[in-house]
Amino acid sequence: MLFGKLERMASIDAAAVTPEPAIIHPYWVRITHWLNALAVVVMIGSGWEIYNASPLFPFTFPKSITLGGWLAGALLWHFAAMWLLAINGLIYLTLGFVTGRFRRKLWPIRPSEVIADTRAALTFRLSHDDLSIYNAVQRLLYAGVIVAGVVIVLSGLAMWKPVQLQELAALFGGYEASRYVHFFAMAAIVGFLVIHVILAIVVPRSLRAMIAGR
Amino acid sequence: MKRIRRFIPGVDRQLLIKDAAKLMPKPSRRAFLRGGASLGALTFLTGCDIVDGVSAEKVLRKISHFNDGAQAWLFNPNKFAPVYPESAITKPFPFNAYYQEDEAPEVDPATFQLEVGGLIDNKEPWSLKRLYALQQESQVTRLICVEGWSAIGKWTGVRLSEFLRRLGADTRARYVWFQCAEGYSNTIDMATALHPQTQLSFKFADEILPRKYGFPMKCRMPTKLGFKNPKHVIGMHVTNKDLGGYWEDQGYNWFSGL
Repeated sequence: MLFGKLERMASIDAAAVTPEPAIIHPYWVRITHWLNALAVVVMIGSGWEIYNASPLFPFTFPKSITLGGWLAGALLWHFAAMWLLAINGLIYLTLGFVTGRFRRKLWPIRPSEVIADTRAALTFRLSHDDLSIYNAVQRLLYAGVIVAGVVIVLSGLAMWKPVQLQELAALFGGYEASRYVHFFAMAAIVGFLVIHVILAIVVPRSLRAMIAGR
Repeated sequence: MKRIRRFIPGVDRQLLIKDAAKLMPKPSRRAFLRGGASLGALTFLTGCDIVDGVSAEKVLRKISHFNDGAQAWLFNPNKFAPVYPESAITKPFPFNAYYQEDEAPEVDPATFQLEVGGLIDNKEPWSLKRLYALQQESQVTRLICVEGWSAIGKWTGVRLSEFLRRLGADTRARYVWFQCAEGYSNTIDMATALHPQTQLSFKFADEILPRKYGFPMKCRMPTKLGFKNPKHVIGMHVTNKDLGGYWEDQGYNWFSGL
């Protein structure tokens, strides 16, 4: 009995000396994050090739960064990866709300804090000491990219099914307007990705956390 | 079935090459998947060479086939494509094909006969005069191209469902297959063939269908992408066999519903 108690005390002491860092990202966040990363890369690469077939603006995406080889190939990729994006995204959103993670991590977003943290970030004075707490800029960007994700899926559905889902298409202003909404949502996500990837490289601990959880 | 086989055209390489200039660089047709940076990253992540295009293409086509089923399930036979006022008509209406405008097939109206076959009772071919005598209606709908652009036009003709009824077609059959003057073809599902807005169009913008828009007739279906709307139709078969189509066989999604 006594022995057991001592052992337990010893182990508590050991834990106190080298505390195991708390889990920042649970399993479901890490799995859906990387599946989403794969889906997004395929969707953007093939989406650019599809865009090139009938550009909305006076530019096209260089062939070397598009996926699919030609329009039909790109469409095959796009309409295959859409399942992964949508199903994985739905699981992520559901768990994000149900577990309270969104509320804990992304809320509240106060404009004054966003402005203050943006200033601090631009002068390299924004701390990343505690990866488990998001600063106001992170909250805004992560919540924003979730909204962009929802918009890109809904506008994509509106473009894919402008007859069967014509009420949804009408919500975006019709078929042609849905194309623009879809494009700008893509631009927002690509903009986010540029910052996101750069910061993951600048703060490698954050990348480790998204792989190992802590 | 032999009769049908005879109709299936070989892909015209010359025409294909012409189109390639615009959409489909020939070398990349086979190398379906050779992507570039984004695909390169993917290959890197998986550590294997998925530029093994043939097997990846197989998987992608399987998913595309699954998507055919999903779209057929989503297809509501009572849902109408939006219709527009005549003031919304796109002018000029774009010409789009895998050949140049001056290469559009020429069909002689005097000798033309629409061949009908397959699971139907009356296989007598139809002259233009007889076709024009059918009761016609007009629609102002949006044509949406697989490339992404869209345009609103006005088509006039007979409902395909009404025409199939006159042929004594077995509408429990699965498909209707269209054959076109220049070798184009495609197959559609019966549910779409029977949709009230699916039309054998003889007129565009109140005038006899011009050569560039598909004289002598086009099958207009506002519930499907443009390439599923065959122009220069010269033959039609009701069948239980999917006879494919010009673009579908090259990788475009078969159902391509809107």
